[in-house]
Amino acid sequence: MIRLRGATKVYRVGLQQVMALRGVDLEIAKGEFLAVMGPSGSGKSTLMNIIGCLDRPTEGTYELDGLDVRRLNDNQLATVRNRRLGFVFQSFNLLPRMSAIDQVALPLVYRGALNRRRVAAAALALVGLSDRAHHKPTQLSGGQQQRVAIARALVGRPAIILADEPTGALDSKTSKDVMEVFRKLNEELGITIAFVTHEADVAAYTRRIVSLRDGEIVSDVPNTPSYQRAEDPTPERITS
Amino acid sequence: MTLADVLFTALKALVSNLLRTLLTMLGIVIGIAAVIALTAASEGAQQGVGEQIRGLGSNLMFVRPGAVEQSGVQLPGSGPGLFLEDARAIEEARFPYVQGVAAQAAVGGPNPGILPVQVIHLGQNTSTTLLGTEPSYEFVRDFYVERGRFVTEDDLTKKALVTILGGDVADELFGDEDPIGQTVRIAVGPGNFSVGFNFAVVGVMERKGASAGTNQDDVVIVPLPSFQARIPFIRDPRGFTNVNQINIKLTDRSKADRAKEEIAALLTQRHNVNEPDFRIQTQTDVLDTATEVERSLQVLVVSIALISLVVGGIGIMNIMLVSVTERTREIGIRKAIGAKRFDILWQFLIESLVVTTFGGALGVLAGVGATSVAERFEIGGENTYAVTPLWVLVGLVVAAATGLVAGVYPAWRASRLDPIEALRHE
Repeated sequence: MIRLRGATKVYRVGLQQVMALRGVDLEIAKGEFLAVMGPSGSGKSTLMNIIGCLDRPTEGTYELDGLDVRRLNDNQLATVRNRRLGFVFQSFNLLPRMSAIDQVALPLVYRGALNRRRVAAAALALVGLSDRAHHKPTQLSGGQQQRVAIARALVGRPAIILADEPTGALDSKTSKDVMEVFRKLNEELGITIAFVTHEADVAAYTRRIVSLRDGEIVSDVPNTPSYQRAEDPTPERITS
Repeated sequence: MTLADVLFTALKALVSNLLRTLLTMLGIVIGIAAVIALTAASEGAQQGVGEQIRGLGSNLMFVRPGAVEQSGVQLPGSGPGLFLEDARAIEEARFPYVQGVAAQAAVGGPNPGILPVQVIHLGQNTSTTLLGTEPSYEFVRDFYVERGRFVTEDDLTKKALVTILGGDVADELFGDEDPIGQTVRIAVGPGNFSVGFNFAVVGVMERKGASAGTNQDDVVIVPLPSFQARIPFIRDPRGFTNVNQINIKLTDRSKADRAKEEIAALLTQRHNVNEPDFRIQTQTDVLDTATEVERSLQVLVVSIALISLVVGGIGIMNIMLVSVTERTREIGIRKAIGAKRFDILWQFLIESLVVTTFGGALGVLAGVGATSVAERFEIGGENTYAVTPLWVLVGLVVAAATGLVAGVYPAWRASRLDPIEALRHE
């Protein structure tokens, strides 16, 4: 579904050229749940921006559902973001002074869809916030705000939800709640989820962990999700 | 994204910062209110001038002596001179387009100079205009007697001491009483030096109304020879009869240019001069001069109002630019979830348009309110105010255009923001 080939991104900072990605090859299949890890400056946010169609690779190809993203113009990219992708950010990025249900309905507004409020209400119910539909961001806790953001990301039935450090601004208890929501979406609705994190215990929730360093993939390994381990601890996992 | 969505989004953003929105709007409100109120005042004045000129009668042409001023005062019939005999000559020339000729001589009036006129009856007195004229005056000026009779040929030959009162003078001196058959004393000249005679009232003129400075009802009319014989200040040493205006009624207005030319030639020849020592004005000339003055005043007034609109527009643009910077992150979020450039452009443009059109509508209301208050308390004297639909429309369109112009650049800037940079913006 997602196929990156030799993706390279070069930024110009003043007179210097900074290479954020150096020829990344990455494939993500439908229904995957993966984490991208790496120290800061490793290029993981750049990778997410490119996968999220917010940015285009300087070189290399990117195919999303068979679309050659490099050949799309800004408006076509906006349509792709609206219809095929959902974003969750570290700092939630909710619009101030807008109620939860309106936030969630916003992608549908740009799509020109009907039945927005009904669909938005259903999305809020999925993240367990039906009773907070008319609260504004300032009236919600951090975990609740992030769940509103997740509802906004999934309301348009995207193929993939991308998250940039979704638990970065949350304590460990709320982080766990948020990861639970992601797991549920992945397992029960089959939504592909990819997120960037530098917290090992958050990455441990996923089934695949990709590690980046200096703009290159250094490891790409399958993972047994930690919640499954808790139910069924396996000795070889502990030793490895 | 439908228009309703954009409108709703814009309204929400404006309401969430209500004080700022209202202050921004104020510039437009004041600008449009000024346009409406000032144009209403000048339109009103213009209509007043128009009515006044129409009140003079139709197809009129005036011949007046070239102005000779003595210590700043123009003496009636003075200087190069215009004579009753000139009027007769115009009549005798039998121009096909001349319907009637009436000479007149007048003293007094609102700015009487050295010859003020007082009309006195039983201790009541009023200052007015004394007008000596001929029987044809009624027809030529389209100004008729309402009760009694006008000046007759017989009055002219007898130099009869009869007078016809204007409506205002009749009211002033007689109130509800019937003035016909009564006697009034007409005194001409300053204070102790005045010369007075008793005149019998034989008629009262119809009302023509007052507008913008002159009042045609404030007059007493006497036969021209009676006037000439008894007011010694204005006799011509050669025995001619001085007049200070010859009224000529034309058959139709299109002949005015030809009439002007031919009558000028006739009089120049009669006066035996090279350059005309008189002026010929048609009613259209008078109307043109008056409207020209009004027009230039209106241009001035409207341009001042428009300047205030431009200032208001700059204020709006400034606020919109601030707003775009402030909401950079919001723009980034909207773009990330699928807003196209056009959606963002629309959102900010509509915000600006809503501010100005709403401000414009408030401005129209404020302008209409201001004019009705001004009219109620008679600010600006007897001038009327006329709020015209044209200027209301112009006001609204200009307000909307201001919003468009002021909003385009900020909105364009917002739409061009890079989503990643916008999201990083703190």
